[in-house]
Formats: sequence, C-alpha cells, structure tokens
Amino acid sequence: MSTFLKNASMHRSLMIGGVLTLLLLSVAVLSLFWTPWSPTAIDIANKLKGPSAKHWLGTDHLGRDVLSMLMSGSQISIIVGFLAVSVGLLVGVALGALASTYRGWVEELIMRMSDFSIAFPIIITAVLLTAILGPGTVNSILAIGLFNIPIFARITRGAANAAWAREYVMAAQTCGKGRLRITIEHVLPNISGALIVQATILFAVAILAEAALSFLGLGTQPPEPSWGKMLNNAQTFVGLAPHLAIFPGLAIALSVMGLNLIGDGLRDVLDPKLARAR
Amino acid sequence: MIAFLLRRIATFLATLAIASAVIFAALELLPGDPAQIMLGIDAPPDALEALQKKLGVDRPVVERYFTWIGGLVVGDMGESFTYVMPVSDLIMTRLGVTLPLALLAALISVLIGVPVGLYAAANHKTPRDYGVMIFGQLGIAIPNFWFAILLVLVFSIYLGWFPAGGFPGWDAGFWPAIKALILPAFSLAIVEAAIFARISRSAVLDVLREDFVRTARAKGLSRKSTLVKHVLRNAMIPIITICGLELSSLLVGTIVIEQVFNIPGLGRLVFQSLTQLDLMVVKNLIMLLVALVVFINLVVDLLYAVIDPRLKHQGH
Repeated sequence: MSTFLKNASMHRSLMIGGVLTLLLLSVAVLSLFWTPWSPTAIDIANKLKGPSAKHWLGTDHLGRDVLSMLMSGSQISIIVGFLAVSVGLLVGVALGALASTYRGWVEELIMRMSDFSIAFPIIITAVLLTAILGPGTVNSILAIGLFNIPIFARITRGAANAAWAREYVMAAQTCGKGRLRITIEHVLPNISGALIVQATILFAVAILAEAALSFLGLGTQPPEPSWGKMLNNAQTFVGLAPHLAIFPGLAIALSVMGLNLIGDGLRDVLDPKLARAR
Repeated sequence: MIAFLLRRIATFLATLAIASAVIFAALELLPGDPAQIMLGIDAPPDALEALQKKLGVDRPVVERYFTWIGGLVVGDMGESFTYVMPVSDLIMTRLGVTLPLALLAALISVLIGVPVGLYAAANHKTPRDYGVMIFGQLGIAIPNFWFAILLVLVFSIYLGWFPAGGFPGWDAGFWPAIKALILPAFSLAIVEAAIFARISRSAVLDVLREDFVRTARAKGLSRKSTLVKHVLRNAMIPIITICGLELSSLLVGTIVIEQVFNIPGLGRLVFQSLTQLDLMVVKNLIMLLVALVVFINLVVDLLYAVIDPRLKHQGH
C-alpha cells in the first residue's frame, strides 16, 4: 500500500513537472513565431492598463503588452539556463571524472579547487564579471555556469568513486582495460542518472539566478525582454498596477517548480536507492 | 582534533589568499586603468595623473596587491572616491544594517523551517506531511525579490502595517528600525525556511530509520524521549551544516533584498559603488563578503566536528 502511494506521488510530481516544463518550452518556441503584440512596441496612450480582452495580461508603464513580453522573456531564461548548465556539466563532469579516475594528487587538487569556489556565490561572481565586461546576458551565463562546475564535479566524483568499487568495474579491470577507458565506458554511463537529476535541478536554479541578475541590472539588458527586468520595472508601479508584478513572478515560480518537480521525480525513478533514503 | 583545527584554518587562509588575488585581478587589472575608469575617458590628464598617483596605479602590480592586503590586515581599506571617507568607516556603517537584517532573517527561517520539518517527519506520509512538502516546493521556487514585492503590495500598500522601503537608522529608535527590517527579513527567510523544512524533515526521517532508535525504543524509552534524546541530536548534524550554508546565502541574498527595499546596507553599497565605478569600495566590499562566506563555512566545519565526534579523528 505504501509503495503504491509512493509510486503514485512520484508519478504525480513527474507529471505535474512535465506539464509545466512542456508549457514553458512551447511558449518559448511559439514566441519565436508569434506573440499577440510586439514585445517591444511602445504605446504610451495605453500604459499601465489592467488585463483586458485586448491585452490579456495588461500593459506596462510604456504600454507594452505584458503577455508578449512574458512569452519572449521565456527565451532568455531557457537559453541562459541551458548554456549555464551545459558549461557546468561539461567542465564539472570532466573534472569529477578525472579526480575519480586518477585519485591521488589529481583528486586532491580538483577537490580543493571546488572547495575554493564556495567563496564565490553567483551574485558576487556576476558583480566581478560586470566590472570586467559590463552588464549583459553573457555575465549571467558565465556566473551561473562557473557556479555549477564544482557542484557537478563533486557529484560526479562521489558517484564515480562509488561505481569504482562495484563488480562490473573490477571485471573490466580484470579484462585489462585502462582506467580512463573504464571511466568512459563503464563509470560515466552508470552514473548518468544522478547527473541528469542534478542538471534538471540546476536548470531551475539557473532560471531563478538569471531572473535575480537581470532584476539587479547585471544580466540581460533592455529592450530584450526578461522576467527579472520586468519585475524590476514593476516594482516602481506596484501600487498602481499590481498585475505587472504578479505575472512575471508567477512565470518564474511555475517554471522553476516544474523543473524541480521533474528533478525530484527523476531521482525517484533513476536512483531508487536515494529515493528510499529520503 | 588539533590537527584537524590547524588544517582547517590553513585551508581558510589559503582560500582567502586565492580569493583576494582573483578579486584584485578582476577589479584592478582586467578592466584596465582604474583611475581612467573612475574618471571616464574625457578626464583631464592632470586629474587622471593625480588619481593614478593616489591609487598607486603607477606602481608595480605585485606591490599594489601587497599594499592592499597589508592595509586589510590592519583594517585600512583606503579611501572611497565618491564618498570621500575611509572605505572601512563606510563599510562599518552599512554592516550595522546588513548584519542585523541577515540575522533576523536567519532567526525567522530557523524558527519556521525546523519545527515545520519536524512536524512533517512526525506525521510522515499523512496529508499534513504532504502539505509541508508542497510548502517546501513553493518556497524554493519563488524568487525572494518577487516575494518581497508581494509583501510590499499586501502589508505596505493595502494594509499599511509596515513601511514599503527605506531605513530610518538605529538612531530613530529600536522599534522603528526593526519595523523597517521585518518585511525584508521575511522575504529573505521564506526560501530558507522552505529549505530548512525539507532538510529537517529528511534528516529526522533518516535518523528514525537507524538501529539505535529501535534499540532505544526496545529498552522502554518513550517515543517522545527517544525523539528528544537520540533523534534530534543526530539530526542536528545535517541541519547545522545547512544552517551555515544558508547563513552565507542569506548574507548574499541581502544584496538583492536591500535593492528592493532601498535599505542602505552593504548590498546597496555594492551597486551604488558599481554604478559610480568606485572600484576601491567594490573591491573591499566583495573581499569582505567573500571572507564572511568562507568564515561561516569554517565555523560550520568546526561545529560539525564538535557535534559529530566521529569526524574529530578523520579530518576531511
């Protein structure tokens, strides 16, 4: 009975997460071809209007259509999330796998490097990058990507070290395969589940962080629509036009929740051992 | 224990050394001539030269770096270009706002998060547990600056209970000052409370599965005293670790929340000096924030060793 309940709730979180994420992706794709209005078209005569049949989610302080801006803004969130997670995944997994393959001083060096990186939270890295490059979307991608590297390195090394103690690795060693070859052919495929789960969750973190950085003015710059920037503008008019603050925040929260739910669901499916321990 | 302590302190110092080099490179070397950046490209040559001399840009890089570090050790951070006062005075004033804000937020998040997590664990797999889990999902998905705007909308604009922003200063009296920090602290705390609830719940559930809990119950200890004497102590280890990590993320979170509420703390100072290109202030501020984050991690590690005796002998 309890297993049944667990399976049901597990599939429920995967399902809800899947629907939310699919919605996010379809909106982003749709916005490439169609938005109700142009997201950058200014119409001062119709500024700060609440939701209506003409503008479903109302207009902002420059009379731009909020729904159209939200739809286009999803592109930046997805692009930044995807690239930042890719940077973290590629570099982090490579480092973690190297550490676990060669152990000894290689492992020590890589792990100390990843300890060091806790000193630089995303916002601080973004401030430093802004001083060097000026504000922009590239900053967000780099700052979040750099933050992701040690997380992936640690997860990879931990899971890979556990895999090295397993029988199938010993069997491969007995066959005379080299350590690097074993890592690529046996260890990495076997820990891919944990990495996929982590990538999903860090995608959610990246969407949150991108929004925070553009809210602060360090990330994506106008007129490119981004959810964080929309909230920054909304703040000034929150008393006059609360809808401006409500919809972009909902978009961020639902996207992040969708990805987190998928991550949780996948963890239960791909890594039953972890799921039981929770 | 001593070896562990020394090793941990050595790592702490090494981390600070590398971090300071990274910050120095990012703010003084990579962007180009700091004096030129501060004054702009149309700066008159004599003013430029004067500032270059004042900042010491004409001296070799290594010397500049060590002058900075030497100053930091004795608390001298140089002078702010825009505020025309010692950077250390500037930072101390701002710290008097940011630190209370972060601590208040930490207090609120622990007071909400940990009991909620324990409540969920004690009611494992009941609707109450699922309710807490939904709160947890919501809490980690909501951006804190959005939550801040919503709080302002409800509690300042509609209800008028709290100010929508600004900070009267501690001179205005304890209550007005605290009142100005309550909404910011709650906006910071809600995400952390959700994380605390999730962590405490799973920490308690993990410990409940241990053999020593069954033994305690078998030898006749009541459910309640097993929970208090055996489960809580053991569950505290992961909770304290997260506590430390969350304290540093609260500190960094103040950077965002101070922007929302217009609170004159360190976070606002970071942005003010960044837009005014007052690189001396940015450099020292970032160094201070990084040092605080690393220091909190050190304290967490040491606490960890005190609580979990097994760690004393291993050293990580």
